[in-house]
Amino acid sequence: MRPVAIIGIGKTPFGAFPGRDLRSLAVEAGEKALHNANVRPDQIESFYLGNFAGPSFAGQNHLAPYVSTALGIQGVPSTRIEAACASGGSAFFHGWSEVAAGINDIVMVVGVEKMTSQPTARVSQILAEAGDCSGEMKAGSTFASLFAMIARRHMYEYGTKKEHLAAVAVKNHANGALNPDAHMRKPITLEQAMKGKPIADPLNIYDCSLISDGAAAVILAPLERAYEFTQKPIRVLGISQASDYVALDQKADITTFPAVRRAADKAYQMAGVTPQAIEFAEIHDCFTIAEIIAIEDLGFVKKGEGGPFSFEGNTARTGKLPVNTSGGLKSKGHPVGATGVAQLCDLALQMRCEAGERQIPRHSLGLAQNLGGSGATCVVSILGVV
Amino acid sequence: MSSSVRAGTVYTETVIYSAPEAFAAEAPYQTAIISLDGGGRVTVRIAGDRVAIGDKVVEAEPREGVAFFEKAA
Repeated sequence: MRPVAIIGIGKTPFGAFPGRDLRSLAVEAGEKALHNANVRPDQIESFYLGNFAGPSFAGQNHLAPYVSTALGIQGVPSTRIEAACASGGSAFFHGWSEVAAGINDIVMVVGVEKMTSQPTARVSQILAEAGDCSGEMKAGSTFASLFAMIARRHMYEYGTKKEHLAAVAVKNHANGALNPDAHMRKPITLEQAMKGKPIADPLNIYDCSLISDGAAAVILAPLERAYEFTQKPIRVLGISQASDYVALDQKADITTFPAVRRAADKAYQMAGVTPQAIEFAEIHDCFTIAEIIAIEDLGFVKKGEGGPFSFEGNTARTGKLPVNTSGGLKSKGHPVGATGVAQLCDLALQMRCEAGERQIPRHSLGLAQNLGGSGATCVVSILGVV
Repeated sequence: MSSSVRAGTVYTETVIYSAPEAFAAEAPYQTAIISLDGGGRVTVRIAGDRVAIGDKVVEAEPREGVAFFEKAA
């Protein structure tokens, strides 16, 4: 396998953009990445698009060439990857695989979702299709309700408290407030976070990520060619994708995600690092409880200690392990297919010292964790400064 | 009670306030994952009184193909 580097990144702001369609968002992110990497469209040898539900949200299928040709990328393989909320991370994993294997040199990965053109109940319905529609979803579940049931069980087994969940939301809002591209740039108090509108007990509106429009893009190249394009290449030190049951009720223990543990173990092994060496992370906080469980499954803390660890401020920008300095899915926004790619862009911004007001001092080794559904797909990527 | 009626214990539960399109008219309602006495788990709707983790439940009448469980007497 060849060492692979990220040579360019590009993102749209995340938010609700009534005048923008899926393609215009994807093209904006892609063009920014091309510009950032000093790469021409005709130099792209393969194109991956991470997208969850373009056909349902936007009524358009065959999305990869639909986007790539609009970017001026002609004739090369254009492939859409769907893995629910991990579509972006999975697209990145597949793009990385091609470069690592020596199949192609310059590969573009774009993630995009256009969600706000539909009313919330319809969005919930479309998102629910990432669950098991013959079982859990037939009973009236939503993704919020699945994570609410996970939270209930985590509280029951480990004594995790509502305050612990709320602290994750407060921290991510504080970070997102400093991110000019975030959907919701609004700090909140612990009291507010405790008393939001109920969604699915014990989760309220502040425990849930946002319904957003947006896109993100990265361009990959073999490390040996990276300096042809950029003075600030970011190396992909380790990456892995893993899978598990789609239905939550098939898991033996819903307070842990085996796909996260598997993907993390392999990524750490490939990178030759331990969880304790990781300096900062972008974590898939689709719901506050998901961030708490992720920091446990990724090996940053022992099982059951994610809640207190978060509540005590260890994951704040000034803490020992800053998590989601971008604001996370909670505050930055969660355009589903874009999320996994945006996490990598946000790691890269910190590593290049381009994160502005939210810049953290230790930023040479970062981890991104992108989760699909209630844990059926997970992609873990470890990036390092070259 | 017939021996074919499924029974079990509440493994986890939630009350849903923000429902998907198809269920919006029924909110708020409770769903739960039940550990069945015979083994395995199933995600169901709860009929009648609210239940909590550890409660014993039995299957009530299915409505439109969806399993409804209720607190055991």
